[in-house]
Amino acid sequence: MDIDVNKVAMLARIRLTDDEAAELGPQLSGILGYIEKLSEVNTKGVAATAHPHDAAMPLRANLVTNGNRRDELQASAPKTESGLYVVPKVIE
Amino acid sequence: MPFSSLSEIKSRLDAGETSAVEIAKLYLDRIAAHNESLNAFVHIDPAHVLAQAEASDKYRSEHDARPLEGLPIAVKDIFCTQDGPTRCCSKILKDFHAPYDAHVITRLKEAGAILVGKTNMDEFAMGSSNETSAFGPCRNPWNTDTIPGGSSGGSAAAVAAALTPAALGTDTGGSIRQPASLTGITGLKPTYGRVSRRGIIAFASSLDQAGPMTRTVKDSAMITAAISGHDSGDATSVDNAPAIDWLSACDATDMKGLKIGRPKEYFIEGMDSDVRASVEAALEKCKELGAEIIDISLPHTEYAVAAYYVIAPSEASANLSRYDSVRYGHRCEDPKDLLDMYTRSRDEGFGAEVKRRILTGAFALSSGYYDAYYLKAQQVRTLIQQDFIKAFEKVDIIATPTSPITAFKLGEKTDDPLTMYLSDIYTIAVNLAGLPGLSQPCGFAKNMPVGLQWIAPAWREDTILSAASAYEGATEWVTRVPAGFGGEA
Repeated sequence: MDIDVNKVAMLARIRLTDDEAAELGPQLSGILGYIEKLSEVNTKGVAATAHPHDAAMPLRANLVTNGNRRDELQASAPKTESGLYVVPKVIE
Repeated sequence: MPFSSLSEIKSRLDAGETSAVEIAKLYLDRIAAHNESLNAFVHIDPAHVLAQAEASDKYRSEHDARPLEGLPIAVKDIFCTQDGPTRCCSKILKDFHAPYDAHVITRLKEAGAILVGKTNMDEFAMGSSNETSAFGPCRNPWNTDTIPGGSSGGSAAAVAAALTPAALGTDTGGSIRQPASLTGITGLKPTYGRVSRRGIIAFASSLDQAGPMTRTVKDSAMITAAISGHDSGDATSVDNAPAIDWLSACDATDMKGLKIGRPKEYFIEGMDSDVRASVEAALEKCKELGAEIIDISLPHTEYAVAAYYVIAPSEASANLSRYDSVRYGHRCEDPKDLLDMYTRSRDEGFGAEVKRRILTGAFALSSGYYDAYYLKAQQVRTLIQQDFIKAFEKVDIIATPTSPITAFKLGEKTDDPLTMYLSDIYTIAVNLAGLPGLSQPCGFAKNMPVGLQWIAPAWREDTILSAASAYEGATEWVTRVPAGFGGEA
């Protein structure tokens, strides 16, 4: 299968260098070619798995449990200022 | 002494023959001596280890010892720990310090364990050989030219060479069991939902599960008893999971009345003939111990790898979208705008295998392909689950090889990702079905360890522990240790 690797990479927000795209394209085609195997299986009327044990997702009360830990949580951020995350300008 | 089991060390501590500090020093010395050749640990802080050991000795002098009091346990770099870095062996997290402990780390601390350090792994747990780590490959103590398996390769190598008596790993498609098999140790993947995933860096959320990697079956039981149980902070951690008696399950010495299924799809062309011979001999031993071996079929086995390589990458592409270089993680130099910042930071931060998986997942979930790939894979997953349910109407437990091959040489499979994926052929279905699975040593092929895999119905880790304990007691495989790592003691 031929896939537009740069288009998929953009969906995943990953820049690929030309060398990377040249290597990844055929590899992805190979992987997807193997996955085509699934089309051999008759899945008519088979429910898709939603959970390994078919368990319902529990609900919990929406309560604050960990207090204000802004400084600790921002300690690993690439760039912060006055408690805010700093990113490149979004609107010109 | 270094190759003692966790339970032997516990007995010596309980008898007052040694102290947590003495034990900690022993393993720290071994790490200092051998880690360079193995690269099993990617972070170690000896002063912090000794401080924990001193605190444990003090606790023991004032209170009753807790279940893992003073016992050293290493953890894979995927577990968030407030102490030291948590990097998932990825460049994108090179400066990350977790603001909280994973639930299982809290549980280990509460049980009195000493956290030894962070072990090497495939980047984001994506790999079967530990070769995708940003910190370089880890090596197999049985032959340092070979890989230790993956993704929990560092934990496996560290236990096999007795740099720690036990470690935690995680298993999404075999990442505890396959490296355990390739390094001759025991590794348990509990039932999905048995152990909280909170604070474990997510790879594929419907498959990921943490578990122990140890010298013996009982050691795996001791650790799982401590880390399992409901956590309200993880919506997939199951409330009211059937309770089992972890330790007494390990008292079994025979297999009388046990019905063991031997799935024909797991004994196929292409598997190493020595591996096959070891596993067949193990089944013969089980017969001697009183088990009945019953031929069964799991007809959708051959589709498990294909289904997995849709489902796991799809979940991964969603989970790894969080690495946007805003709140944490690597940011590229001088981004010109937001899109440039996202795309370049992610290109620089992720390794080749992680990109392959993210792109595979992004493709499978993209408009026009979702039904043919993701939906189809989830339907096949249901059929794989049903195969197991039907099989367990006839048998109590299933025995298979853990891996079709023994450890291969570094670099041997890195050129072709698909060949690497197929090495997980025997472990993947267990994750897709959410079942418990354990690998234990059952022999050697050309001097490299071979693993026997046990699979049980959901929540029946006790059936696995009993069978594996009986087998372990009737054989001598766990007493074998790799040469060159001071195995004389």
